[in-house]
Amino acid sequence: MTISLDLAYHAPASLDETLEILSEQAGRTVLLAGGTDVVPSLRDDLISPNRIVDLKRVEGLGDLAVIDGALHVGCLVTFSDLIGSPAVHARLPVLAEMAGMVASVGIRNRATLVGNICSAVPSCDAGPLLLALGARVHLVSREGVRTVDVDDWFEGPRRTAIRSGEVVTHVTIPLPASGHGAAYARLSRTRGEDLAQACVAVVLEPGDRPRIAFGAVAPTPVRARRIEALLHAQGLDAGAIDAAVGLVAEEVAPITDVRATRRYRLAMCEVMLRRAVTAAAGRAAGDGPVHGTPLM
Amino acid sequence: MGHAVALKVNGESWSLEVEPAELLLEVLRSRVGIKSPKPGCERGDCGSCTVLLDGRSVRSCLVLAVEVDGHELTTVEGLGIDGLTELQQRMVELSSFQCGYCAPGIVLTATELLAVNPRPERHEVQAAMSGNLCRCTGYAPIIDAVLTAAATAAATTAPEV
Repeated sequence: MTISLDLAYHAPASLDETLEILSEQAGRTVLLAGGTDVVPSLRDDLISPNRIVDLKRVEGLGDLAVIDGALHVGCLVTFSDLIGSPAVHARLPVLAEMAGMVASVGIRNRATLVGNICSAVPSCDAGPLLLALGARVHLVSREGVRTVDVDDWFEGPRRTAIRSGEVVTHVTIPLPASGHGAAYARLSRTRGEDLAQACVAVVLEPGDRPRIAFGAVAPTPVRARRIEALLHAQGLDAGAIDAAVGLVAEEVAPITDVRATRRYRLAMCEVMLRRAVTAAAGRAAGDGPVHGTPLM
Repeated sequence: MGHAVALKVNGESWSLEVEPAELLLEVLRSRVGIKSPKPGCERGDCGSCTVLLDGRSVRSCLVLAVEVDGHELTTVEGLGIDGLTELQQRMVELSSFQCGYCAPGIVLTATELLAVNPRPERHEVQAAMSGNLCRCTGYAPIIDAVLTAAATAAATTAPEV
């Protein structure tokens, strides 16, 4: 159970100090927030840094607030923080719905939203929803600040657009217009400990093109752009949803692994898309299922 | 290189020197002498190593000891300082555990739940406990004990009519 690595540990108190440390010797540093992905990766030798930079003492990185029409989620904000936030429940309840499906209470108390998209495993829960919400990732380095659309963030399993020497300070999520409807559906073998076998996020805004993304069924979370275009053109009646479901196999590329077969994932993505679009449309109309009601 | 870490464990102050790669679970068991957090899956899935960190349940197999400098930990050894809690008494009465390996983690997770949500519904207890695996009981006597403890606490603190 021991981690057999010779590691240095830094716990800087400010962002300036953090960037100073990163600029000294970038490349073999691992940034630490909640640690729920970092610690198992260290133990399994998936990563072999020579030092850890713990961000938890850096001031300001735990901010969670609505600023200029967007939700600002600092890189230390945990899934439990999102679940407990009145602002999230009032303005972006689908974010709390997703957070409530991540692992277990003991993980959610520690795991962060930003950490989830930084470790970038294909089954990460935050990825599809942030894609569907059009989130932006904010980074800082000694060279300055940089913003990346979450559409351009995921580059492969455990690979993102982050560069050496950079820290993700926060993500911003534009708040959907009132009258929007959104849903997150997640399939797993058990509650409380399993990674997603498949997941889908749907965001419907009045008059706008629907935004839909899948997770755990491709090397990265993926937008379903053909389905979005079809639903935008044809509306959300039963015939259009049938046609959208028919496109699922063109949008996702699941593999067979220990959690599910490719065939099962494909079949269930069709079911999940139908349920999530129906739930989101119902919520937009004011009569959908209460957020947090499992759709699967 | 060792790091000085000052923390409170069950109300008692500790100063330790730890290596950055040392896990909180290892340090608690081998250096502090607190044996209730159990190594199980050692990857955050099973909940048997659960401790309360500043009142919130965490997996001590996923926390580095160096991270808890300045923080406060509670384990079942600390819960029971003044005798069994209401929840623990109900668990004894209802024979909630058989082998008991999962018990410390389950007691702490349920303690956190009742602190946040004193009158949970059965489905809320099930959801909150879903990250703590028990291979003996099938969970029914555990969930019953949590619900009974909540009902007892509500009855004894209800205002007089």
